[in-house]
Amino acid sequence: MPKPAHLNFYIDPNRCIGCQACVQACTECDTHRGESMIHLEFVNRAQSVQTVPVVCMHCEQPTCAEVCPADAIKRTGDGVVQSALKPRCIACGNCVLACPFGVPEVNDERQIMMKCDMCYDRTSSGKKPMCATVCPSQALFFGTREQIDQLRPLSEPINRFQFGNQTISTRVFVMAPKQIARVQPHLDVTAAMDESPQSRAVLLKVVADPFEDVQI
Amino acid sequence: MSRVDARVDTPGREGLTGTAPANLYTPVVDTEDITVAPDGRPMDEQPRWRRDFPIDVPEDLYVARRDFMKFMVLTSLAFTAGQFWIVAQNWLRRRRGVPELKRIAGIADLPVGGALTFVYPQDTDRCVLIRLEADVLVAYSQQCTHLSCAVIPQAERNRLYCPCHEGAFDLRSGRPIAGPPNRPLTRVVLDVRGQDIYATGIELRTV
Repeated sequence: MPKPAHLNFYIDPNRCIGCQACVQACTECDTHRGESMIHLEFVNRAQSVQTVPVVCMHCEQPTCAEVCPADAIKRTGDGVVQSALKPRCIACGNCVLACPFGVPEVNDERQIMMKCDMCYDRTSSGKKPMCATVCPSQALFFGTREQIDQLRPLSEPINRFQFGNQTISTRVFVMAPKQIARVQPHLDVTAAMDESPQSRAVLLKVVADPFEDVQI
Repeated sequence: MSRVDARVDTPGREGLTGTAPANLYTPVVDTEDITVAPDGRPMDEQPRWRRDFPIDVPEDLYVARRDFMKFMVLTSLAFTAGQFWIVAQNWLRRRRGVPELKRIAGIADLPVGGALTFVYPQDTDRCVLIRLEADVLVAYSQQCTHLSCAVIPQAERNRLYCPCHEGAFDLRSGRPIAGPPNRPLTRVVLDVRGQDIYATGIELRTV
């Protein structure tokens, strides 16, 4: 049974409070016990406590699957990019190097790549992914477009990302301020690497400078 | 949370309570959509390998009727050709006849427990002759039945040992007792006439 097409994953990094509940919930899952498939990344640890949950974005042109020499990474018909197929994966780590979001990881002991598959055992039976279930601040939200529009009237889901010359569209959405999303419909991720945030409030230029010509 | 209306039938707010049926909304993406290459060009312009190794599971599992028929026809052809190959091999073997008699060594050359190598029936077929007891002589082809490495007789351990993959054969019967080989060694039929040992034939065995 596929993941219901009207249910989508929405990530709102602004709301992340760094409580690690998603990591703990993911670790407890029986399919990969003891290993978390969700990564909680610090944006700029020296100056800020801001964290960002990183789940698999389920690209429409998955780079991990493009670079896999063993043809081990497959996407089901509902757009969910699955973990590497056990009989095929050779644990070469190409996907780890290629993924622009840094999602896949190679498990050295078991010699297999494991990545977030949007809790396919749960979502395919209509339940939420475990991280979205436990997130206390709804930084990770799994539901319908109508729900997220209602809950976040000032934000707009964005699913296009720019990494240098590579543009990626994903099945997982990231929330961005509505006015900015209208001006610039994609996040320029590599642009943020040129500039480090100045104050405690982390502001990275993943979108066009919001305070330059856009009134919020 | 006052913005969220609990009633499902409010226009524009359907499904907000989570009690709405799953089929309330039409899917926004086609569940059977094909793999889009990173350069965005259609599948017809892509290299052949991209069609052979699709990323999407529905395409990966899809087998075209023509490909299936091609596989079936070619496989049946291969089986048929294999039958003729077996017949031809049998005919050739019968045509070669029994290998001719060949003197290997004198009995006096070989002490009890000793071994010596010889070639039989062709110059490329290396064999080993072992004297187990005063009147018990055995001879086998040296080719291990696993991957044709040369086996080494180890009379003190009562076995023929293949160092390539730790295979071992029983010295008396030539049957495999350890390691990867699962067929016995080819036996050379011996005949002792007077003080000379002769090879009179080979015995191919499968079990």
